[in-house]
Amino acid sequence: MRAALVAEYRKLVSTRLWWILLVLMAAYLAFLAAVIAFSVNAETGGSGAAGVPTASGAEAAAIVYSLINAIGYVFPLAIGSLAMTTEFRHGTITQSLLVEPRRSVFLAAKVLASIPLGLLYGVVAALAVVAGGAPVLALVGDGAFLGDGTVLEVLAYGVLVTALWAAIGVAFGAVATNQVAAIIVIIAFTQFVEPIARVGLGSVDSLAGAAAYLPGAAADAVMGASFFASLGSGDLLSRGAGFLVLVGYAVVLAALGRLTTLRGDLG
Amino acid sequence: MSGEAAITVEHLTKRFGAVLAVDDLSFTVRPGAVTGFLGPNGSGKTTTLRMVLGLTRATAGRTLVGDRPYAQHRRPGRIVGSALEASSFHPGRSGLDHLRVYAPQVGVSDARCREVLDLVGLAEAGGRRVSGYSMGMRQRLGLATALLTDPPTIVLDEPANGLDPEGIVWLRRFLRHLAAEGRSVLISSHVLGEVQSTVDDVVVIAQGRLVHASSLAGLHDLAEHTTYVEGPDRAALGRLAEQQDWPVEQSGAGWAVRGVAAPEVGSAAYAAGLELHALTPLGSDLEDVFLRLTASTPERGEGT
Repeated sequence: MRAALVAEYRKLVSTRLWWILLVLMAAYLAFLAAVIAFSVNAETGGSGAAGVPTASGAEAAAIVYSLINAIGYVFPLAIGSLAMTTEFRHGTITQSLLVEPRRSVFLAAKVLASIPLGLLYGVVAALAVVAGGAPVLALVGDGAFLGDGTVLEVLAYGVLVTALWAAIGVAFGAVATNQVAAIIVIIAFTQFVEPIARVGLGSVDSLAGAAAYLPGAAADAVMGASFFASLGSGDLLSRGAGFLVLVGYAVVLAALGRLTTLRGDLG
Repeated sequence: MSGEAAITVEHLTKRFGAVLAVDDLSFTVRPGAVTGFLGPNGSGKTTTLRMVLGLTRATAGRTLVGDRPYAQHRRPGRIVGSALEASSFHPGRSGLDHLRVYAPQVGVSDARCREVLDLVGLAEAGGRRVSGYSMGMRQRLGLATALLTDPPTIVLDEPANGLDPEGIVWLRRFLRHLAAEGRSVLISSHVLGEVQSTVDDVVVIAQGRLVHASSLAGLHDLAEHTTYVEGPDRAALGRLAEQQDWPVEQSGAGWAVRGVAAPEVGSAAYAAGLELHALTPLGSDLEDVFLRLTASTPERGEGT
């Protein structure tokens, strides 16, 4: 298993994609954190720009920093799914299974090996939202609150959540092995389907509970702050429950991939 | 492992829906020799190799590498080095990194990765991304992957495909060298000519079925011998051929007798009292034998 982990880690970092996506994510998050930090403030944002909550103090800072997850999660999901789908796209799955015929070991190693890279993505994402958001919060708001315990928790758990997203991405890639299709589904789900579902479900009383189990909402629960929840789109789970729901997504998707893609003849 | 077959294929059958890709195929690969696994495109070679290597599940029958199926070896990559498709590389990864990615699971160091690159003549190109490699370089990288662990058994699917004539000569020397070290080498090809001077044994399949397995010499025996015969009385020789029912063609000043060996032609001429000035075996055309073997398979049912 150790050898398989090293191998999968080497696969991840031996092509350029991992740092290209990382740079993109950092730039995107820093920019959006600055924009949201500006508009989340009741005074500078006026009566609240459309779709942006208003808040002040530490709450405003937490909302800005929680963009790590609300906006950033598409990046670790993408790098994770690409780690798996690229094996099918380029036919390297053949050689991978020749050196490790135990397909469950192959899959588990790939999922686990994505976690260190996911942690790196998380750290960079945290730095990016602080770099973009903190100066604006300090200038036009009540401050950056980088010494506040709750705010720091948001950042720290944001790193953890980002690592989980990478693992979920790998597991998702094992289900949807077509690289292009997987990326389209991830972008559509993260940018349109889930945000709409969260707001939509949250506004219907009887369904509001279900919204908390959507992966993005579970991740917000782990972070303890939510851009969407502050829009009034329903309550969040507890931190522990949110963590379990996220791990559940990874496990269920990986099991599905093992029973479908990795069951039969390959190549 | 001495005496024991390196690879055993027993009554192997693979059905894809209605298509019978491999049909009750049995053969063995012996150590210390290069075995050519030959058949036209689509005859089931790759499917068979994939079953040997545990990538595809057999419908019936079994395959063994040494004493057990491939996937039941603890580290199969140390027992069998294989290269299945020359295009199975991530184009954005360097040749060296391609090897480093598989090195941990077969238990070799980075230094060994560089060593095998050097061995296949890719030392210079190792740091470059595979997207810039020619077909020949990809074949060499595939071979390097197969050789990572210095394995006793080597399986290569169409290793000569896309190689230039110089590359084919290089490959032949390389494979001969590996076999001379006592390794078992199994290579597939759809062109006999590509591997004719490389292999010791041949296994020929057509439409998923075994049509021939022997040493290369055994394949030669199946070839039609053509004998060139020439004498002062050409017309008399022609009459003799007619008498003996030999198929002949005029060739230069004499006759080319197809399908009859030189001693037979000579003794018939002697018995007829005919003077001969030339009696030359023209050799055999193995490609012809190959085509005959792979074309003459009787039609079989396509399943239900």
